[in-house]
Amino acid sequence: MSFERIKEKLNILADAAKYDVSCASSGSNRTNKNKGLGNSTGMGICHSYTEDGRCVSLLKILMTNYCIYDCAYCVTRKSNDIKRAAFKIQEVVDLTINFYRRNYIEGLFLSSGIFKSADYTMERLVAVAKKLREEENFNGYIHLKSIPGASDELMREAGLYADRLSVNIEVPTVSGLKLLAPDKNYEDFTKPMLKVKNEILQYKAEKKIIKSTPKYAPAGQSTQMIIGATGESDKDIMYSATHYYKNYHMKRVYYSGYVPVAEDKRLPAIGSQVPLLRENRLYQTDWLLRFYGFHVKEILNADFPNLDMDVDPKLGWALRNMQHFPVDVNRADKAMLARIPGIGMQSVHKIINARKFRKLNWEHLKNIGIALNRAKYFMICDSSKWEKRDLEPSRIKGLILQNSSGKFRKEYSNQLQLFS
Amino acid sequence: MINSKILVYDGSFNGFLTAVFTAFDEKVSVSDIQREDEYQSGLFSESETVITDNVKAKRVWYGIDKKSHTAIKQIYFAFLSESKGIEMLLYRYIRKLFSKLDTSPSDYSDGIVLKISQLAKSVGREKHRMEAFVRFQLTKDGIYFANIEPDFNVLPLISKHFRSRYADQYWLIYDVKRKYGLYYDLKKVEVVTMDLKELLTNRIHKSDSLTPAEYDFQDLWNNYFKSTNIKSRINLKLHQQHVPKRYWKYLSEKREVV
Ligand code: SF4
Repeated sequence: MSFERIKEKLNILADAAKYDVSCASSGSNRTNKNKGLGNSTGMGICHSYTEDGRCVSLLKILMTNYCIYDCAYCVTRKSNDIKRAAFKIQEVVDLTINFYRRNYIEGLFLSSGIFKSADYTMERLVAVAKKLREEENFNGYIHLKSIPGASDELMREAGLYADRLSVNIEVPTVSGLKLLAPDKNYEDFTKPMLKVKNEILQYKAEKKIIKSTPKYAPAGQSTQMIIGATGESDKDIMYSATHYYKNYHMKRVYYSGYVPVAEDKRLPAIGSQVPLLRENRLYQTDWLLRFYGFHVKEILNADFPNLDMDVDPKLGWALRNMQHFPVDVNRADKAMLARIPGIGMQSVHKIINARKFRKLNWEHLKNIGIALNRAKYFMICDSSKWEKRDLEPSRIKGLILQNSSGKFRKEYSNQLQLFS
Repeated sequence: MINSKILVYDGSFNGFLTAVFTAFDEKVSVSDIQREDEYQSGLFSESETVITDNVKAKRVWYGIDKKSHTAIKQIYFAFLSESKGIEMLLYRYIRKLFSKLDTSPSDYSDGIVLKISQLAKSVGREKHRMEAFVRFQLTKDGIYFANIEPDFNVLPLISKHFRSRYADQYWLIYDVKRKYGLYYDLKKVEVVTMDLKELLTNRIHKSDSLTPAEYDFQDLWNNYFKSTNIKSRINLKLHQQHVPKRYWKYLSEKREVV
């Protein structure tokens, strides 16, 4: 292979793929078969981090950045004056294998601009995955993009080789989509999503009866929404996310602060700030919905269509619902413990375990690793020293912000530090 | 202290478990358990050298495992931290586990339990880092080679991960600090000691022992790494938090080969 030529393509096609924020390589269950190469079981591994702190676990590239569409928010759009390139199928296979063998990556994330037609493009993505699985006996992680408008047959085949499939909905509202991607239909996005969902359901049902049923997208499907491109509210975004979780059984919805890539009257100007804090607040909300037992309506509704920027959504909810507090950590059930600001899910488990042995006081709770500077206003424990003043929510908020101002600024990560 | 003894063992985990067995079996009052290469005689206690006995070690292992699976895992991980005084801390913990008192590896309000679980956690973190940051380089002999210098003795912990992932390639991971490595020959993993003529991390000059294409792939990877950056999102503080500087020497994307 000619390294110079590959290098040039890689620069172009990795650069164009980086706006897809999904980096997950977890949730699959592929073991190493017949002494082949690789596996993808359990937690994915981050082999490096970009300078903006995102996990690098997959070789994330486009097959090609030629595209027949002209979506306003996308660097790859037809009208954009950029260098174009296309990988050969074998080139992607070789790159993946060679990076994998050196322990650089967990696998491949392959997306593409739409070249000729949806099916023509999808076919090439499937061909790469098939080659990796069948010719290279590769058991590492493969994430393929479902190309909007791709046929059911191709989506069926894609899932037989890929661990995860994803269609990026990109614009959270149908009206926004009409404005920014006028030549695309909403149905083009949902059709492959629906097919994948049904195939997964079928696979799970058949698997119960016949153990050897071939795997179908064991890591499920995901989608991504761009944040801050069309003036949508946080409520619009999270209701939409809830819809995809519920109706398409999404494993993950990703939120990607819009990075301006075009001078277009419909969009924020080039150089506008990427809404990183807002993105983080949306991820926090997403976590509350998936792991903390919150209902989306509790956090966002007609009265509160947007998340607080100065406090995280869990603290925000607590401050608006002081009637539930203080909670007694030695008695409260799991669901209520999980709602105390400053107590994460891990701490909830630790509390439940530790309180079997003794009543917990401040010292114990500190050892367990609870952020007491937040939690103390919302709980009581085995101690007579607890916050007895009847503080106004706004005063509590002030006190908490005062004590965590430095830390607060660091909350730009969307993966770690979610509720610390 | 009357009749208290220092037990001296060979530094291996099985050696340590044998010492624990001896202490229980002979009802010794233990004043310390020390590795033979770090042994310091105490003023008022005599010492006894324990000969590693895998059968005895196994009995202790299964004994603890039966009490709690979490506990034996934490004990093993914490042991590999090589932290000063770890042996006595673990010994006290094991005694507690076997005493009538209720002790549970999830009782974080107990000081010893908490300390051990924290050590085990640090070792676990280092294990994950090594699984992530090992970078193989292909030698002319066809071996994927990596050298590492982990903070803790994690080679025994990462063996399984690499064995099940890279089942169809020869590989060798060498711990430069502790001077031993793991070599996989397509069938099994062996512990090897060797004289490394040169380190293959953080090198400025190209090494003759590597295939020429090796540098091309490193170059491709470095390029790839650069293109994944989104300038308007840069956050170097977060970056360093994820990849602390002391790990950069492993990462080809963090160095330049001339
Ligand atoms: S179809 Fe996809 S690649 Fe093409 S312009 Fe639209 S978003 Fe970009």
